[in-house]
Amino acid sequence: MADLLQLLVSGLATGSIYALAGLGFTLLWQASGTINFAQGEFVMLPAFAILAFSAIGVPLLVAFVLTCILAVVVLGWGFKRGIADPLLKSGLMPVVVATLGLSIALRNGVRAGYSAEAQPFPSLFGDALFHAGGVTVSLVDLGTLAAALALVVATQAFLTRTVTGRAMQAVAQNPTSATVLGIDVPRMIFYTFAINAVLACAAALLVTPTYLAKFDMGESLGTKAFFAAVIGGFNNSRGALLGGVIVGVCENLAAAYISAAYKDAVALAIFLLVILLKPQGLLGKPVERKV
Amino acid sequence: MTSKVPAAMALACLLAGSTAHAQIKIAVIQELSGTGATAGTNFKNGLELAVKEINAAGGILGQKLEAAIDDTQSNPGVAKALALKAVDDGAFAVFGPTFSGSMTVSMAQTRNAKVPNFTGAEAAALTQQGNPYIFRTSLTQMTSMPKVARYIATGLKAKTVAVIFVNNDFGKGGRDAFVKAAAGAGLTVAADISTDAGLVDFSAPVVKAKRSNADAVFVYTNEEESARCLRELRKQGVTVPIIGETTLTGQRVIELAGAAADGAIAHVGLTAEAPIPAVREFRARFEKAYGAVPDHNGIKGYTSVYLLKVGIETAGKLDRVAVARALHGLKIRAAKQPGVLMDVAIDDNGDLDRASFIVQVKHGVQEVVEVLPPLAKF
Repeated sequence: MADLLQLLVSGLATGSIYALAGLGFTLLWQASGTINFAQGEFVMLPAFAILAFSAIGVPLLVAFVLTCILAVVVLGWGFKRGIADPLLKSGLMPVVVATLGLSIALRNGVRAGYSAEAQPFPSLFGDALFHAGGVTVSLVDLGTLAAALALVVATQAFLTRTVTGRAMQAVAQNPTSATVLGIDVPRMIFYTFAINAVLACAAALLVTPTYLAKFDMGESLGTKAFFAAVIGGFNNSRGALLGGVIVGVCENLAAAYISAAYKDAVALAIFLLVILLKPQGLLGKPVERKV
Repeated sequence: MTSKVPAAMALACLLAGSTAHAQIKIAVIQELSGTGATAGTNFKNGLELAVKEINAAGGILGQKLEAAIDDTQSNPGVAKALALKAVDDGAFAVFGPTFSGSMTVSMAQTRNAKVPNFTGAEAAALTQQGNPYIFRTSLTQMTSMPKVARYIATGLKAKTVAVIFVNNDFGKGGRDAFVKAAAGAGLTVAADISTDAGLVDFSAPVVKAKRSNADAVFVYTNEEESARCLRELRKQGVTVPIIGETTLTGQRVIELAGAAADGAIAHVGLTAEAPIPAVREFRARFEKAYGAVPDHNGIKGYTSVYLLKVGIETAGKLDRVAVARALHGLKIRAAKQPGVLMDVAIDDNGDLDRASFIVQVKHGVQEVVEVLPPLAKF
């Protein structure tokens, strides 16, 4: 029982990271119909930026804030203007191909330009351990889970409770009507890209102490986040959270009770099941599209 | 045209003259760039230091050593071509490459030409192919694991051990050798846990290890995974001894794992921290020459030239086949041959046996806690 709880806690912590990255997938999809297959690399780049700022003596949290600003400019504005805007005019497929290419370019760029070796990364939380009923819970796991949940809830609240958030949702649902209502559509879409960039920075800050900063750290993270977003429902922000947690917990249980070799297969199996049985995702709503 | 003939003859005489004074030409084929650059450069530096010392002391059988250095670029194809070039150039012995993959393809060249080939490569299979010209400069998994198992059983007084290994050639080879050695040492393997290369979340393997209630955990994974595993072991509050082989307490792992590496124990074949006067003196000379502390490859490079020296002196002549034959089955005492640094025995396959060390990470630094004697008697 203690083992199960232990696995649940660390699975929840890992899952919440998938949820953060997955949330970016759903946001971009809802607001601009973009699927970003470089999402994992969008987490990897801020990790190296934080390391670079730390290397010149900037404290961790300040480095994080600076990285967020940089990410909003480069991964938000730059990505929107450079890739999403020009390519979306030709449909979704060019964007998918371009982001796949972007992910390869970013990975190899960091490998060639920085290092192929993993780098240590400072943890936001200390090494404290808590023991309760045979379960050892680390502050790192608890902190990661709490921070990721808070971010997902805050994003959700922003989207539903604020005027800007609602305007963004209106743009997501129907850009033409939103324009008629006087909403600045391009600005709302930029906000989505900016939020995605900040979420990626947060995921980098939380996950890199465990993953270690390495050029290929985004590879599996991006895939799992995509699975999480699809499982939860691509058109529902809360779905990413549910999907992330399901993937994180299930792969941990599979690794412990079935075999470590099936760890990655479990996420894929759930993904396939959901696609077959409930293509809109667990929390998603079916969407009809005009052809 | 005819005016060039005397010049050519003069040059030929000069060349013939230079070989008459004879140098013992050795070829150094090392990873001086690419992923193996740290290992190869250390090996080369150690080797050059030994060559300088031997030449200053009058050479071997009165002849000086002359080292030709080439870079494999950490590429097996280049290594193979360089081995062929070394053989064509008439090298008396070849030193390197250090990467097992490169060694696998290059050793056929030296074997065909009957040239002794000293290597820092550690893959067990290299010396199991009946090649009479290959000689190791370090211990292998087959010689290390019995020592680790013996230390866990007697030094740590453990009865059961959980094994976490990485599922690749390196990990499986080590795991098989360890499990066999554990049985011999009276240890029960309570959990045998395979992990994927590149695994980032070690929570499930560590839960399995904890569930086994083993008296110790043996970790045999690559560097990054070792660091992640150490972090997770600490995160889950594992208090039993954590033991590994060489990698687990490497400087890189200590950097990556941070405080989680403290307390980790490992068996290492060679270390510049060894509490042996000869090793300390070598370390000081190396530091003076290169401004850096030698790693185990530096020690391998240095001692390898002295192994050749002993081989030639034992054979009593500059004959490659005789030297290779003389080295097999040889036991070299450091008291008589200080250059080998530690007593060493070479078996019929070219594998080594010598003392090794148990080290423990204390406050981010590797410290030698015990010296393990060689398996053979000297």
